[in-house]
Amino acid sequence: MRTGRLLSSPEEERLTRPSPFARRAARGSIADVLAAWTIKICATLAIASLVLIFVFIGREALPILTSEELHEEVDVPRLFLPQPGEEGGSEFAWRPVSTPPRFSILPLFVGTLKATLIALLIAIPLAVGAAIFTSEFAPSLAREIIKPSIEILAGIPSVVIGFFVLMVLAGWLQSVFGWTFRLNAVTAGVGLSLAVIPIVYTVSEDALSSVPQTYREGSIAMGATRWQTAWRIALPAASPGILAACVLGFGRAVGETMIVLMASGNAAVLSFAPTDSILTFSAAIASELGDAVHGGAHYHVLFFIGAFLFVLTFVTNLAGQWWVTRLGRKLRGELVYVPTMPSPHVATGPGDA
Amino acid sequence: MPTAAKIETKDLHLWYRTFHALKGIHLAIPSRGITAIIGPSGCGKSTLLRTFNRMNDLIPGARVGGDVLLDGASIYRDALSLTQLRKRVGMVFQRPNPFPLSVYENVAYGPKIHGMNDLHGRVRRSLEQTGLWSELGDRWHVSALSLPPEQQQRLCISRLLAVEPEVLLMDEPCSALDPIATARIEELMIALKSTYTIVIVTHNMQQAARVSDYAAYMLLGELVEFAETDKVFTQPADSRTEEYISGRFG
Repeated sequence: MRTGRLLSSPEEERLTRPSPFARRAARGSIADVLAAWTIKICATLAIASLVLIFVFIGREALPILTSEELHEEVDVPRLFLPQPGEEGGSEFAWRPVSTPPRFSILPLFVGTLKATLIALLIAIPLAVGAAIFTSEFAPSLAREIIKPSIEILAGIPSVVIGFFVLMVLAGWLQSVFGWTFRLNAVTAGVGLSLAVIPIVYTVSEDALSSVPQTYREGSIAMGATRWQTAWRIALPAASPGILAACVLGFGRAVGETMIVLMASGNAAVLSFAPTDSILTFSAAIASELGDAVHGGAHYHVLFFIGAFLFVLTFVTNLAGQWWVTRLGRKLRGELVYVPTMPSPHVATGPGDA
Repeated sequence: MPTAAKIETKDLHLWYRTFHALKGIHLAIPSRGITAIIGPSGCGKSTLLRTFNRMNDLIPGARVGGDVLLDGASIYRDALSLTQLRKRVGMVFQRPNPFPLSVYENVAYGPKIHGMNDLHGRVRRSLEQTGLWSELGDRWHVSALSLPPEQQQRLCISRLLAVEPEVLLMDEPCSALDPIATARIEELMIALKSTYTIVIVTHNMQQAARVSDYAAYMLLGELVEFAETDKVFTQPADSRTEEYISGRFG
């Protein structure tokens, strides 16, 4: 390598001039560098926008923890602990515009959990069942019709689902079950399940379809029925993917706004009864943020709720991811298999001499 | 040839949609011992093997003509229970395909789905028969997928033995294995042949010569020759067999 020496002779210049081949390689490497930088910038922007969203929400939520001025109206204990009620006693109440305001987020939390739980209880069995049917039992023609049809469901705007539940389903359910409240956690959960089913179905179906055909052949060749093969071989082998599907479904159900806004009744009642009306986190933010005084206690509490939702879905996804990876490693034989039956060494039955 | 045929095919035809894959096979596979089916790629030997436990039923568009008899009874009759047939006629595949379960659960799978008793005894005996019992020691609960391919293949054989089959169909069971592993599987086959009727499809003519008692040579969907292995390899009756075993094609 030349170091700080000027070219002196034509001979040396000829030797150090890059060959045409090297020049082309250099041009290629410029394109490479450009491409690498473009990709890096795109990736950074994507991550940065996520971080910025979190920073923005966090910044607006932070005064709940730090602002002395705000603490006259609300602080963290008051979000979670019972407060003196209007007619004596104590209560968990979400009354953001009364005087004095009450900001207990517990009714919202329970409402969100109720709707999510009901939605998953309906959606997961239906979606996984449908996935098992199309991947294990249905003729290929039926699969080619059913799969895209359910996936199209995912494209239905949630406002349409909400409208349908509000105008049609809620009245029908009330007349069948005789509920006091037309809109309640169950109607919201049913509406949410319509949004969750396509996600859980698609991901589960892909997981089942990617189970190697050789497993099924091996099972069928042992004299197992298709049902036994699906239940005992294909389903366990696809379990990481199905679990991932459920985690995705949970995220969708917790965060979904328009359906619960329209179909839940929007009453912040602390109750574990599924037929009471509810107000969920997402619906509270959507319906109240526009009216909240900018910089006021209500405003910051809603951001605090947003941050809470963010952390909730983030932690769920992380835990789900960890579990999915673990299940996958177990299936591939990289982890010690936890026996579900006693080891043959332990057993000393009559035929085990 | 012994007269007691375990499996007998009568004018067996098979079509994959319009492709005529088996053309009138007449074959009587004797009870016990090892029968090898040899022939060039695409001659229909795997197809023939898969008619014996009706695995071809899974292929859309596959149609069977003629008949296959197991112990003299048709396995294509309407009243036949497919699960019972496949319990009697087990199959080992080209690539070892243990289930993504523990070693123990792989072997226990068959007895469980057939509701058989003495699970632990069965698992133990089947693993002993293939030599895995002593090799694995106490590693019962390791995932079957963590075993090397040769042990996986023997596990697949153990898995079949657990339901007490009568016939073992082996579809190129060693083609995914190295020579040492192949030798071990061949030893195992020879050890098992006094109890079970083994039918093996193989590409490897040396293997057929080493392990089999009877050999069937197939070409383009037809059975060219079937006789004792020694005879097929030393004095083939058909000139096409001779051309194949002398390595002129295939």
